[in-house]
Amino acid sequence: MSENAAAQPTKKSWPEIDFKTLGPAIALLILCIIGYSLNSAFLSEGNVTNLLTRSAFIGIIAIGATFVITAGGIDLSVGSMAAVIAGLMIIIMNNAVDTFGSGVATVLIGCGCSIILGIGAGWINGVLTTKGKIEAFIVTLGTMGIYRSLVTYFADGGTLSLDFAIRGTYRPVYYESFFGLPIPVWVFIAVSIVGWVLLNRTAFGRFCTAIGSSEAVAKYSAINVDRIKTYTYIIQGLCVALATIIYVPRLGSASGSTGVLWELEAIAAVIIGGTVLKGGYGRIGGTILGALILTTIGNILNFTDLISNYLNGTMQGLIIIIAVWLQRGSWGKNKKTKT
Amino acid sequence: MNLTKTMLSLAVGGAIALSSSAFADDKIKIGVSYPTPTHAWAAGMNWHAEQAEKRLEALYPDVDLILVNSPDPSAQASALEDLVSVSQIDALVVLPFESEPLTDPVLNVKKSGALITVVDRGLSQPGIEDIYVAGNNPELGRVSAQYMKGRLSDGDNIVILRGIPTTIDNERFDAFMAEIEGSGINVLDHKHANWNRDDGFEVMQDFLSRFPDIDAVWAQDDDIAIGVVAALEQAGRTGDGMFVVGGAGMKETIKSIADGNELQPVDVLYPPAMIATAMDVTVAAFKSNGPVAGRYILGATLITQENAMQFYFPDSPF
Repeated sequence: MSENAAAQPTKKSWPEIDFKTLGPAIALLILCIIGYSLNSAFLSEGNVTNLLTRSAFIGIIAIGATFVITAGGIDLSVGSMAAVIAGLMIIIMNNAVDTFGSGVATVLIGCGCSIILGIGAGWINGVLTTKGKIEAFIVTLGTMGIYRSLVTYFADGGTLSLDFAIRGTYRPVYYESFFGLPIPVWVFIAVSIVGWVLLNRTAFGRFCTAIGSSEAVAKYSAINVDRIKTYTYIIQGLCVALATIIYVPRLGSASGSTGVLWELEAIAAVIIGGTVLKGGYGRIGGTILGALILTTIGNILNFTDLISNYLNGTMQGLIIIIAVWLQRGSWGKNKKTKT
Repeated sequence: MNLTKTMLSLAVGGAIALSSSAFADDKIKIGVSYPTPTHAWAAGMNWHAEQAEKRLEALYPDVDLILVNSPDPSAQASALEDLVSVSQIDALVVLPFESEPLTDPVLNVKKSGALITVVDRGLSQPGIEDIYVAGNNPELGRVSAQYMKGRLSDGDNIVILRGIPTTIDNERFDAFMAEIEGSGINVLDHKHANWNRDDGFEVMQDFLSRFPDIDAVWAQDDDIAIGVVAALEQAGRTGDGMFVVGGAGMKETIKSIADGNELQPVDVLYPPAMIATAMDVTVAAFKSNGPVAGRYILGATLITQENAMQFYFPDSPF
């Protein structure tokens, strides 16, 4: 009894939690059944691998977004940040070819710079939000515009392309498999595990949840709110950098249209997964499912010509709303009041 | 002011060439307005506009070309007002952001007496422009389909990756389908890839999982084609005479066609350099003794290994 009471304030009641966990999983299962019934090739090894690899970009970014949103923030700049990091990585690697050759060293320099840039960009968002006392929505709306126009500027309005010699060295990072799974999927799995441990098994994770629930209470509980919030944006930046590192070898190019609307996809994945948009409750597992659901919708729409191409957005919108309704619907709450 | 009024009556009368004498001792100011380049094709257009400016101003010292780009339709409308009030232009070359919101602003420029040249995207009212220069979207679709018919035979399968749902995309697609009809070539499906490399890659991956037998791909655009080729290479389905037809005329694509690329052996031209054509024709309205008013619809040339180098501009961003 006393244990139950202690769990109450942070996690509400158990039966509903179970249901929340199942909501996105049920949605994904239904989608897979629909996909398979439309075309059995949906569950072919090739398509499943494509799906997982594609989910990796949005998934990794969304794991970072889970921290930001759990702590009551929001980051709209991730899509543009990915584009500008991709652009700078390409410029840096192209310039490093002359001195370091087209081998692994150049690729490692590119990846290192990507991580530094990601952490730096996240830190800027964090400091402007906490020390600058500007709403996260406005800060990241601003940096979103800045990064987007910077990549257009670096590319001179066109497309930045990776040197062909480096492409050969770097290409396997996206296309090669390791124990049957493509490397981006392994990165996604690793980031997921680290993210889950960080959010659920460390003081940092509890601080994020506490700040998201009530910043004032967290402050009076001697939590360094500004520092923790800045860390969430830095984690977000790091996740964007990792996603970019596996994105660049795919097509070896970046332009003004790279990563457009990724921020909304990442936020949608987080919310579909059960994290609360206004903060205070976050779920890494749900976020992973959310990212898979979003990619699966696009995949299924490509597998059928039953639905007009012009209605793709409608289908995506409907499925996002239904997936969230599955876990928030009043039928879940009725159960709770009865028990 | 009197000069511009004279100009107005002359321009409306269609005797534009005559007006050149009236400006003999004054600089001929020509405003060139187009959207801020945010994608590769527009960046190419920007580059060609700058090249044409240098070339024409060197050729005619009394011609002053003023290039202005605008990030959205209302900014472009303001830019047009400034060109009239501040620069007092004698002619305007405009690639409208969108047809509807810019029809009135262009009409106002015309009322100031300037000669109007519209590029690529028509205005929503006929008769405003004196000169119209555009690529040919239906022709792009038709030429692509004709090439497909030449390479494929009855019962072969193709897939189509379309652009962003717009009139341009519809014109290209409808003309392609009209030409391919009755040839026995099966169009398995068509999806929008938004003139974007990433979307091209993902849509093509899904087509490859869904259809075991694809003989050719119409990617409509060179950016989409890059994604398509990456997906084909990943799936190892580049052999058996598989080929991809893009469009627009990206320099890398043209270079690889010149080098004899078998996977992407041709390209269909929709040139960003059309802005330079429009500037040439507009300057000719003041300099040439021949009449120039009218509609110039550029051909959708099929670029092959033989003629590729004449469309190759290595310094252009596109």
